[in-house]
Amino acid sequence: MNKLLAEEMYYLMVLGRAFEYAAKENYMKGNVSGFLHLDIGQEGFSVAAIKAFEKGDIFSTYREHIMAMARGIEPKAVMAELFGKATGVSGGKGGSMHLFEPSRFFYGGDAIVGGHIPNAVGCAYARDLQGSEDGVMVIFGDGTTNGGAFFESLNIAATHKLPLLFLCENNEYAIGTNIKRAAPFREQAKKAEPYMLTYEVDGMDAEAVYKTVREAQKNIQEGHGPVFIEAFTCRYEGHSVSDSNAYRSTQEMNHCKAKDPIKRFKKELQEKWLCSEDEIQTIEQKAQKTVEEAVEYAQNSPEPQPNVLFENVFYEERKNVVS
Amino acid sequence: MLYREALNRAIDEVMSVDETVVTLGEDVGLYGGSFRVTEGLVEKYGEKRVIDTPIAELSIVGNAVGMAIGGLRPIAELMTGNFSLLAFDQIINHMAKLRYMSNGKLTLPMVVRFPQGVSKQLAAQHSESYEQMLSAVPGLRVLSVNDVNYAYHALKYAILSDDPVVFIEHELLYNKKGEVDFTQELDPFKARIAKEGSDITIVSYLKMLDDVMLAVPEIEKELGCSCEVIDLCSLNPIDYATLSKSIEKTSRLVMVEEDHKTGGYGTQIIAWAAEEMFYALDAAPLRLAGEDVPIPYNRKLELASIPTPESIAQKVIEWGRKNDV
Repeated sequence: MNKLLAEEMYYLMVLGRAFEYAAKENYMKGNVSGFLHLDIGQEGFSVAAIKAFEKGDIFSTYREHIMAMARGIEPKAVMAELFGKATGVSGGKGGSMHLFEPSRFFYGGDAIVGGHIPNAVGCAYARDLQGSEDGVMVIFGDGTTNGGAFFESLNIAATHKLPLLFLCENNEYAIGTNIKRAAPFREQAKKAEPYMLTYEVDGMDAEAVYKTVREAQKNIQEGHGPVFIEAFTCRYEGHSVSDSNAYRSTQEMNHCKAKDPIKRFKKELQEKWLCSEDEIQTIEQKAQKTVEEAVEYAQNSPEPQPNVLFENVFYEERKNVVS
Repeated sequence: MLYREALNRAIDEVMSVDETVVTLGEDVGLYGGSFRVTEGLVEKYGEKRVIDTPIAELSIVGNAVGMAIGGLRPIAELMTGNFSLLAFDQIINHMAKLRYMSNGKLTLPMVVRFPQGVSKQLAAQHSESYEQMLSAVPGLRVLSVNDVNYAYHALKYAILSDDPVVFIEHELLYNKKGEVDFTQELDPFKARIAKEGSDITIVSYLKMLDDVMLAVPEIEKELGCSCEVIDLCSLNPIDYATLSKSIEKTSRLVMVEEDHKTGGYGTQIIAWAAEEMFYALDAAPLRLAGEDVPIPYNRKLELASIPTPESIAQKVIEWGRKNDV
């Protein structure tokens, strides 16, 4: 890492948090609808993982706004998608949970828990066959590791020594069910241990996440096969904005928030990279302004035209012929 | 050439010219394919492109989706229709929807193929038909051909198509003999007139079409009429133009299918005829389908659970007499 990258990461974290709060605010106003899963509290993890996995394909879940922006998708195109507008990254057809940008090797945006892991395995197979070294990263939560798709994928990725990074974001909650009530142990990396190299990392420490992902990708690039990283994080909000988070005590939430990834990274920025208060403020203001502009852009963007309802169902359109 | 050889030839030809084409599934490689469709391919193209997978259907299709995203053109084989149920999340939530959800940013050039239907005493978990469910999913093309020539052309088209295709085969068709015209240009989405006629339009597809053809001579003899038999070939989209032309000529419609009657595939054809062809019809349509029971093991019970050439002939003749054919 260098100062420039550290500043960029801080910008993306602050941007991410402001973006999520703006999304929530606009959800309350009725501008954003459907399911909205906020990544507040996990910004350090999301930004660091994406920035560390500089090249290569990324498959993620429905809690992906910050990851998409860290991959270079314009905040305004993400916000417009949340608003369901024609200028959204998926033309208003995907919404919050389905952000895709193949030109940035970012494939969403999958809302079937575990459903995207086999896709990432297949993509890793393709990259291996094509002789590409960068590999694929698949991001999922702790709840996903209890499902069949996850276990099938560990097995196949390890059998073929695929260039695949399994990145588990363990925030200890599958919607409202604590990991203790859904799995026999807290550390989900134990499930991957027989198959591949595993790492555990403090997901609230962006620099540690960055280093671990870099090291894992290097391992993949050297042809050693898949790697599993488990990052322990903390989700500040409910599962989605319709979840009041009532199942977690104030004490638990306070403990959680004491590890705030943005405060922590800001301190590093000041102490390690010697950023001045002015420099930091400039970054924060820039992030705030970008979010405000994104909301304005989304608000002023047009609705999709009615005829797009039938577009892009198929590559080759063929209407059923009714006489 | 046998039906399975026609399929093999289609895969082989495309794999030989396009190195992005891969095929994956249980025993497709070293074993040669459960029904020998992929026989000889691993020797030609190697284990990297003819991929033996674990018994994990969700992953077979899920990996194929990821391969397609990654720039390959995968052909996923599932051993039987019943096993495809384990992959339904991938087929319906991913393969069919990713293009639309991404507003066309993702393209999924891939094929999922499997055999289905009643073979011989394989019982309830190896004998069912699922075209009715898969044809109801927007984003999927569903091809299901009866004819050997079409098997070659339709599968080749499916592999080269940039859309996801479900290619449904039947265990009892694999050894069917037929001629393949390799020079022909054939539109697999156009229904095939298996037999021309003027008095009754009989619509069917896949293996049932052969049973219809076996029943036709007796129907024609007993009713003193001529039957037009239409092989749908493509179950989604449906070639309504060919159907309506035939019904306008015959004024009578019979639908024959192997899947269960309630909610079966033919409900779509009959519903369409009721909405669009009502005034062209001289009689209420007849629909012959499988009984609403799981497929039993005992041979006599098994045959009683689906239409057979004998039962088709008997029921069409009975219906014809009642309706002045």
